[in-house]
Amino acid sequence: MTKGHQGHLNGVKMALRILVGCKRVIDYAVKVRVKPDKMGVVTEGVKHSMNPFDEIAVEEAVRMKEKKLASEIIAVSCGPQQCQETLRTALAMGLDRGIHVEISGKDYETLQPFHVSKILAKIAEEEKVDIIFLGKQAIDDDCNQTGQMTAALLDWPQATFASKIEKNNGDLMVTREIDGGLETINVKLPCVITSDLRLNEPRYATLPNIMKAKKKPIAKKSPADLGVDVSPRQEVLSVEDPPVREAGSIVQDVDELVSKLKAAGVV
Amino acid sequence: MKRVCTRQFRNLTRLRSFGEVREKISRSINHVCLSRRSFHGSACRLGELELTSVRYPHVQRGKYATLTEKDVDFFQKLLPQRVLQDPSELDGYNIDWMRTVRGNSQMVLRPKTTSEVAEILKYCNERHLAVVPQGGNTGLVGGSVPVFDEIVISTQLMNQIISLDEVSGIIVCQSGCVLETLDNYLAERELMMPLDLGAKGSCHIGGNVSTNAGGLRLLRYGSLHGSVLGVEAVLASGEIVDCLSSLRKDNTGYDLKQLFIGSEGTLGMVTSVSILCPRRPKAVNVAFLGVENFEAALQTFQLCKGMLAEILSACEFMDQESMQCIQENLKLTNPIKSYPLYILIETSGSHGSHDEEKLNVFLEAAMGKGIVQDGTIAMDVTQRQNIWGLRERIAEGLLHDGYNYKYDISLPLPKLYEIVEDMRQRLGSKVTRVVSYGHLGDGNLHFNVTTPEYDKEVLGLIEPYIYEWTSQVRGSVSAEHGLGFKKRDCIRYSKEPNAVKMMVKMKKLFDPNGILNPYKTIPL
Repeated sequence: MTKGHQGHLNGVKMALRILVGCKRVIDYAVKVRVKPDKMGVVTEGVKHSMNPFDEIAVEEAVRMKEKKLASEIIAVSCGPQQCQETLRTALAMGLDRGIHVEISGKDYETLQPFHVSKILAKIAEEEKVDIIFLGKQAIDDDCNQTGQMTAALLDWPQATFASKIEKNNGDLMVTREIDGGLETINVKLPCVITSDLRLNEPRYATLPNIMKAKKKPIAKKSPADLGVDVSPRQEVLSVEDPPVREAGSIVQDVDELVSKLKAAGVV
Repeated sequence: MKRVCTRQFRNLTRLRSFGEVREKISRSINHVCLSRRSFHGSACRLGELELTSVRYPHVQRGKYATLTEKDVDFFQKLLPQRVLQDPSELDGYNIDWMRTVRGNSQMVLRPKTTSEVAEILKYCNERHLAVVPQGGNTGLVGGSVPVFDEIVISTQLMNQIISLDEVSGIIVCQSGCVLETLDNYLAERELMMPLDLGAKGSCHIGGNVSTNAGGLRLLRYGSLHGSVLGVEAVLASGEIVDCLSSLRKDNTGYDLKQLFIGSEGTLGMVTSVSILCPRRPKAVNVAFLGVENFEAALQTFQLCKGMLAEILSACEFMDQESMQCIQENLKLTNPIKSYPLYILIETSGSHGSHDEEKLNVFLEAAMGKGIVQDGTIAMDVTQRQNIWGLRERIAEGLLHDGYNYKYDISLPLPKLYEIVEDMRQRLGSKVTRVVSYGHLGDGNLHFNVTTPEYDKEVLGLIEPYIYEWTSQVRGSVSAEHGLGFKKRDCIRYSKEPNAVKMMVKMKKLFDPNGILNPYKTIPL
């Protein structure tokens, strides 16, 4: 009854501990270029920022803390030294502390959702979290796998493509965006949730918070500390630009259209 | 119709920001069209916009010839398929972006080369046919559209980039190149255009040069008088004046190109330009700050000049009424809480962490001294574009109110906001909105008033009061918009009579028949 920040809803105490995944990706607005050796894309000197879906996850976690439903919200990012910037952004938006799992060089280039999900699962267990919040997919690989894999490893329920999250006694009621429309499910805690576009609109970090964020702690770990093997399971053969779209041609009438389609062998 | 909404449409398509993508996903395409239609809310009354000759009856048509069949034949032979005469197509060329002036031109010519422009002007000069050179038609003082039936010469098809020297950063191009297109072309080569303005998606570089456009980055890269290295223009007689040098330094004789820069198409029609382009910065940061009053704004500017120094690339301000306008009319969101004034600071440099540290030290100092109340720094490119959108789209937002009385004055910095408070009191509740925003770094105020429809009484309250106020503190009644049609009688507020006499003499020398963009810029 006297424990720190605890909110009450429907007579149930909520002091949720939340882990939020923040991936550092090439900025959404930047034009991606393939490297001359065709083994990857150019990242040197290119503007990076937090994966937009992860920003949404961060925002949702902060809102839950503001509603006193969450007691501590932790940001985690896997990657090179620069991931600390991504974590600082999350802290500036309102998360309490960060964990940087340092992975660089070749290991980072071949890092896959399979590795990341193992890392997240281990941290979730160590930190005794109740919810793992992730973006539904990263805009650089579009995998849409990490959330699902993490849930499977922990044997936790998962609510993916969340567009609305509500409390439901001790559980969560999550509305999901699916192909046919919307689906609402009841999810028991602990669980994994991945955010979809319409969940919320992330806030801008204000100056006082940006300054406070500098003092928030970021712990450094390595995959070995967590007992996770990040050796590559895939080999990139080549990375290429999509084929250049050819100009269309205007046809005079339906007959011409049909004859052109026939000539192309599609009719 | 299509031309008039170019600026708005370009803004919609150019905003590839995450926020805008969200908007498009969560609302159907219809909404996008709806916002274009709502932009035209008062444009449904486009057909009702009165002719300039009706709204300003004291302006008399000059002794120019009228278009005959013979003339039309000549032009159609000279420019096959590139002569517009269909009335439904001419509206976009006859009406300005602000929808405040409407000409009655019967013909639009679309040349592709300088020699075609020379042929056109030679013919028009001999026939005494008046012409209006027109670029993107985004000018804000009615200088780009006909007043009566002047022939419009559009640079739409003169959009070739002639050459680019990547080492020196000098680009040579035709005057009809769209500013944003040039900037995108340069971006791929790590260069950028030395100017940037809200109309970038539609304005032509020829128009920018002819009006000596200022814009958002004048603070850092200077005016076009410095960055334009050469101009090729055609005189009224059809003679081509080729001062298209690509040299950084050339002190041989009188610098004629300076005459074409800023003379608003009245001394010659610019057909090609060569411009010195700076390197594109590797690291750009944008901060959006809230302050309590104008004094705090000036203190912030002082502080950032000292602490950000060489990396400062833009310092803009806007007031709470401007924020309200874009919140109400364009549904944009304020990233911070409400404050009386907002300041947008941009830094550009070659080293990200060096710039960020400088910016953070400055912001800590500003907040620590209590000059800045709150603010935010853009965390990614999308946020950066959104924050700039708050400042760049005010002009667009104002148009939704109906009629926009627009003023662009430069004043000594301490007085910059005094005039706004004075005018606000003077106009009271007779108007929808009184907003001000501008280039704090350049001492340039964009003062705007809106009413649902054109109201002569309101105009009378504003003019000439605002010009006299400005003149008294020795400010400029048109800092960067030019004089065009709407301010053609205002030159005396900021220029001495002898200077104006010289200008009139020069006009008569360059254009004895007065066919180039008549009724504008200087009083003859």
